[in-house]
Amino acid sequence: MMLMLHSLPFLWQGLLVTLHVSALVVVISLVLGVVLGVGLSFGPWWVVWPVRLYSDMIRGLPLLVLIYSVYYMLPLTGWSVPSFWAAVSALAAFQTAHVIEVTRGAVQSIPHGQHEAGKAIGLGFGQRMIYVVMPQALRRFLPPWINTVVSTVQGSALVSLVGIVDLMFSIQQVIGRTFKPMPLYILGALIYFAINYALSLTSRALEARFAYIRE
Amino acid sequence: MPISVSDDPSTNPLVKVRQLTKAFGINQVLKGVDLDVPKGSVVSIIGASGSGKTTLLRCVNLLESYDGGPIQVDGIEVGYRAGGTPRSERELARIRADIGMVFQLFNLFPHLTATENVMLGLRKVRRMAKAEARATAEHWLARVGLDDKLNSLPIELSGGQQQRVGIARAVAMNPKVLLLDEITSALDPELVGEVLKVVRSLAEDGVTMILVTHEMSFARDVSSRVVFMDGGKVAVQGTSREVFGALAQHERLRNFLARIELKEV
Repeated sequence: MMLMLHSLPFLWQGLLVTLHVSALVVVISLVLGVVLGVGLSFGPWWVVWPVRLYSDMIRGLPLLVLIYSVYYMLPLTGWSVPSFWAAVSALAAFQTAHVIEVTRGAVQSIPHGQHEAGKAIGLGFGQRMIYVVMPQALRRFLPPWINTVVSTVQGSALVSLVGIVDLMFSIQQVIGRTFKPMPLYILGALIYFAINYALSLTSRALEARFAYIRE
Repeated sequence: MPISVSDDPSTNPLVKVRQLTKAFGINQVLKGVDLDVPKGSVVSIIGASGSGKTTLLRCVNLLESYDGGPIQVDGIEVGYRAGGTPRSERELARIRADIGMVFQLFNLFPHLTATENVMLGLRKVRRMAKAEARATAEHWLARVGLDDKLNSLPIELSGGQQQRVGIARAVAMNPKVLLLDEITSALDPELVGEVLKVVRSLAEDGVTMILVTHEMSFARDVSSRVVFMDGGKVAVQGTSREVFGALAQHERLRNFLARIELKEV
């Protein structure tokens, strides 16, 4: 118990890196995923096909394979990318594919009549999305999207494998000095759990907040 | 294909449809429909399911694309540019803003109140200031008898009330023509009257309307012209008196009217 408490200061920097990586990935994948998800749902074939292919391929890969691929393959193309950004790109690419599917599910749940009603009063495509479809799709979007946020935090532990000193890496550093893996892994598990449990609670609060939108 | 018609604006109908064709795959739904809707008139389209009447209506504001036309609203070809290329989404939005539509299943925006439903097009399409849009919306909601439901969400309204919001949302945009697609078909019988009353008062105000309906007695009372469609074509058309009177001898029309049990014809 004392060991856990004494280790905490050493883990603090790592925790910040984990949160930093996760936040970046969540924002990037949210923006890209929503745009591509709308493209997948309503775009012409030359948008639908590449997005479909991207989403299916990326979701079929183990995250670790994706991280190693980006980390080792990008330098081969002549790009010298710091390992931090290589890891963030790989995680973002992975989560974007999931946000694409969450977006698709949410916007396609909106009945066709809503699009027609928007068209009939002269709203353009962007306006129909912003004022008619998105506000209604939000309720269906949030719960699975929070799941992708949780999985981002979980997946971020893998960036320690390409040398980024995140929470996971910090835990291993402390173990390297103390030779006491059990208490530190338990501590790590508790910290990851605390972050994700907070997210789940937020998710539930948001669901309740938007429950008034019924079809 | 160009059809020679008078270009004199005084005799040119507000909505002019010539030789309209439309196919869904191999199913030819419209097989050359002609329709004239003079300004200020009410044209009812009647006919059996599958006769193409709803498709015809939906072609007028391009909720369905059409294969052969033209369809002109106030002299503007709705679906295609002069060169025959389909119009862009942006052009369609501008054209649709001037063509109101009321739907069978209301299609109100469930996340917006009655007032907000009417305001959306006024704000985002007509670019009205918020206060003006609100005042206009409230005016029209009062006009359809819903001044006590301004802040209700659609789910809190009865079917008849929802449909009246739908009508207010369409007419508040001040459209050149109002399309009504079987607007009472999804309503309980006791709610039909309140909706038809609103439509009747709009007709008396000179709002140009095309309505697809199964309410035969209403069509007979309110229409300047009645069009009977059969198998993707206009089979019979004339004034309401003609269609429900002398022309009702037409065999298909007679069978149709008999089937929907309009006893008094």
